[in-house]
Amino acid sequence: MFCEKAIELIRELQRMGDGQLPAFNEDGIRQVLEEMKALYQQNQSDVNEAKTEGRNELIPTIKFRHCCLFRNQRCIAAYLYDRLLRIRALRWEYGSVLPTAIRFHMCAEELEWFNQYKKSLATYMRSLGGEEGLDITQDVKPPKSLYIEVRCLKDHGEFEIDDGTIILLKKNSQHFLPRWKCEQLIRQGVLEHVVS
Amino acid sequence: METQSYMPVPPGVGMEENFLSLDDILLSHERLPCRTESAFPRLGFLEKSSDNRDIPEGTKMEMPLWLAKGLYERTRRVLSVELPKVYREGWRTVFSADPTVVDLHKMGPYYYGLGSQLLHFHNPENAEIAQTVLQTFIGRFRRTMDSAQNAYNEDTSALVEPLDSLERVLFKVGQNGLNAFQRWEMGRASHLTASSLVVNYRKRKITDLQA
Repeated sequence: MFCEKAIELIRELQRMGDGQLPAFNEDGIRQVLEEMKALYQQNQSDVNEAKTEGRNELIPTIKFRHCCLFRNQRCIAAYLYDRLLRIRALRWEYGSVLPTAIRFHMCAEELEWFNQYKKSLATYMRSLGGEEGLDITQDVKPPKSLYIEVRCLKDHGEFEIDDGTIILLKKNSQHFLPRWKCEQLIRQGVLEHVVS
Repeated sequence: METQSYMPVPPGVGMEENFLSLDDILLSHERLPCRTESAFPRLGFLEKSSDNRDIPEGTKMEMPLWLAKGLYERTRRVLSVELPKVYREGWRTVFSADPTVVDLHKMGPYYYGLGSQLLHFHNPENAEIAQTVLQTFIGRFRRTMDSAQNAYNEDTSALVEPLDSLERVLFKVGQNGLNAFQRWEMGRASHLTASSLVVNYRKRKITDLQA
């Protein structure tokens, strides 16, 4: 049956139900597009035959191939769109700089899309809240205090806070830092919020 | 509450499918027993049981839902679709007797979805099928909700196993709500956590390296 490769692409994404981004299956897409090309050419020649020689019994076959073409198109569109939704989620979870490992999973066009999305989001955030803009990726949970106790989970090097002090983030060191500086790092798993 | 950044396209409601929904695409991959009402020349290679060059009229074959929906016409000149076992009279009586004992995952993981899609094919039994699917859902929902709201911190695989895919989604939503409430009760609602996406990604990287 046709469209087996296309459904495999969909299954690949469905397997990662939590929103992780698998590597871009360039080969898979290429195979689906080749199948579509073959179906289209067969249909073109059959349509010509049906029109010139009046062979109407070919019409169910033409319709059949047309359904397969439409199905392949649907699978590819859904595959690409779902990947974009995952990439969009990455901006909100990881921040504007993605780890290289994830970047390798994206194709060039997806990277371009991510950059454009970052820009749109930044422009929007700047337009809110008066002069300095408003970072809406912060304070995802309502804050209870200005400063929080954090523990470092891995070495992250030096970290500068608003008044100029430089903090060395070494594994297992604990610090009392302003909440808005730490939120990103906590989300990325570098720091751990300590509640007593 | 764990904020959700990845928001996939949800499945369609009732007889509608969402074009970009991964769930709907997988649902429409399910196969239905069909009978061709006209011949399909030059497609004989799809029917592996015969070496015919064409698919003759009157062939019984299994077609995926998407193909059946695409080819079907009200006049039935091209294709006629038979009901899968679970939607026929026999099973319908079982469902009306006691819907909670059936393992819906085994009877085709998309019982409700496929049942709703079958209504496209103008079967004379459509009204009964629709009623049965609805009543089955109503009959089972209480248990699903109950187990989702009370299974805290335990292995839920036995509870989830006989559920159809729609019920599994509902179960998961119920569990998320329960966990969020428990977290709030313990005063951990304002506890900042690493994003689950990041954590899962790191877990996968480690297993990849070990492999």
